[in-house]
Amino acid sequence: MSILVDEKTRLIVQGITGREGMFHAEQCQKYGTNLVGGVTPGKGGQKVLGNVPVFDTVKDAVLSTKANATMIFVPPPFAADAILEAADAGVALIICITEGIPVYDMVEVYKYVQNSNSRLVGPNCPGVISPGKCKIGIMPAHIHKKGSVGIISRSGTLTYEAVGQLTKLGIGQSTCVGIGGDPIIGTRYIDTLELFQKDRGTKAICMIGEIGGTAEDEAAYYIKKHVTKPVIGFIAGQTAPPGRRMGHAGAIISGGQGTAEEKMKIMKKCGIKVVKSPADLGKTIAKAL
Amino acid sequence: MKIHEYQAKEVLRKYKVPVPNGIVIDNKSSAAKAAKDIGTPVTVVKAQIHAGGRGKGGGVKLAKSPKDAEKFAGDILGMTLVTPQTGPEGRLVKKVLIEEGMEIAKELYLGIVIDRESSLPLIMASEAGGMEIEEVAEATPEKIIKETVDPIIGVKPYLARKIAFKLNISPEAMKVMIPLIINLYECFKKEDCSMLEINPLVVTKDHRVLCLDAKFDIDDNALHRHKDTVAYRDLDEEDPMEVDASSFKLNYIKLEGNIGCMVNGAGLAMATMDIIKLSGGQPANFLDVGGGANEEMIENGFRILLSDPNVKAIFINIFGGILRCDILARGVVSAAKKLNVKVPIVVRMEGTNMEEGHEILKSSQMNFIVGDGMKDAAQKVVKAIQ
Repeated sequence: MSILVDEKTRLIVQGITGREGMFHAEQCQKYGTNLVGGVTPGKGGQKVLGNVPVFDTVKDAVLSTKANATMIFVPPPFAADAILEAADAGVALIICITEGIPVYDMVEVYKYVQNSNSRLVGPNCPGVISPGKCKIGIMPAHIHKKGSVGIISRSGTLTYEAVGQLTKLGIGQSTCVGIGGDPIIGTRYIDTLELFQKDRGTKAICMIGEIGGTAEDEAAYYIKKHVTKPVIGFIAGQTAPPGRRMGHAGAIISGGQGTAEEKMKIMKKCGIKVVKSPADLGKTIAKAL
Repeated sequence: MKIHEYQAKEVLRKYKVPVPNGIVIDNKSSAAKAAKDIGTPVTVVKAQIHAGGRGKGGGVKLAKSPKDAEKFAGDILGMTLVTPQTGPEGRLVKKVLIEEGMEIAKELYLGIVIDRESSLPLIMASEAGGMEIEEVAEATPEKIIKETVDPIIGVKPYLARKIAFKLNISPEAMKVMIPLIINLYECFKKEDCSMLEINPLVVTKDHRVLCLDAKFDIDDNALHRHKDTVAYRDLDEEDPMEVDASSFKLNYIKLEGNIGCMVNGAGLAMATMDIIKLSGGQPANFLDVGGGANEEMIENGFRILLSDPNVKAIFINIFGGILRCDILARGVVSAAKKLNVKVPIVVRMEGTNMEEGHEILKSSQMNFIVGDGMKDAAQKVVKAIQ
């Protein structure tokens, strides 16, 4: 078992004819993801990557392919519009990889998607993978292994780090969800935790956070109340200076809020096994299983 | 991106948000005329730097005559102003703003931010103006009025009234305050601010309402649609190494330690700093080369790391996904040769094409130290400088 994506996922890629979009669409297809179409306005009617049809609008793509998921590779100035188009077309799962979307665009998008039937993952995220079943995103496929650890993270390469450690120890993953490094994201820790708690294929959860905001605190209180599976956590940025944006738009300690120390304290208090060193993630999870 | 107070006030005027009369000057000889043109018995001379706390460092003076204004402008222009927010090195003052003086009846706070918890714009107001809002929030949270804004409808008069009626101001001031709040939100939205703060917002004894100070933080991701705002950028207010890095799409932040780091991905870059500290070392910087780094970017990353004289060793930590290890290794070798790097370099690579990457490092005949995993690499780099 797994969450969000599996064998039944039918994927389209918005921005499929771009360099990045095409490269990663192909990587996902090679992994075994059922890639049923792509969307690039003005390029409808073309076929790419073998026999994958390209459409002008998401609505056309959904009507013709019954797609239930989309991966967005549209450049930042146009990405918010692409998310809205996917939600308007009723795509159940929207995964937005694009980094650099203006935050006010996301304010509007968040509100709209909340009132729709779609779920948004991201933006500014590596995507979602259920090893052995389906990959939607830019993560290197070969480091993953099918198994029972669920991973949630705001970061891309740091997630690969955790996955790499687990796979080396022979421990597989049910699903790895990159929720994104922006201040406003569609799916939060708590939404993902709820899914992992319900998923019978997930035995333990690894939660990777970073400085900035209070999402991890919110997640910790949720875990205390609702999650019975073991949760292992790490917060990046224990040495980050306040007031500076550490790469991710959302990774900033402002007004004394969002420090790693504070987050780790709350997580520990709520029963999460917090590791201080990122090198200890794999073995701590192994012990918890 | 931050802008100067005088620039912020220029923007506010466009949105009909009332600000004091003022003239910005860059040499002392125009100060007396500016003060005369403003025409109030008292004028205020204010240093223009991005950091706050200017008054505490002697960057804000009350002038009782045009002659006074000229003297203060002369004192402040060219000074290196140190405030609680500049750090000990301070900032060079290149411009001063001369503004009308006024009799203040009340100092308020008004700010708008993007609230991460609700994912909505949040308006904050308080009767305790003039203080840092974080301090007010800490000491007397009940004194802060908070209202989130539904982006689909924006700020309507009812919402502005909800805020304004809690500020205990005169009916005359209220008439100004309601459109002010509405217009300030328009400005926040149209200018793509991530933070807009008016502190203090003053009510004068003659019932005028004016933004005495204004702080903008504009969303860097939205600058593509604000060409006028980009012209406001003052590179002298930024760290030159960070400016250099940003021109190569590298994300660099200078820190105090002596181990230079180069990492792909922001989360892993932070985690790398953390593990250096846990291993007994001090990171010299944060440097994220991103997912799509090429040889040129890696070379520039190296150059920037090495331009920090504190750097005694370099730690490269790459988890190859999109960025392949062989490409990274080639970049590292060519940069190390070209720049004639003398400090020890510890490389930890994992992921796509890892074996080829290691092979390239080995056959380069250079003295790279290879780390097996993050912890091992961190320990090796700390040992290398001892």
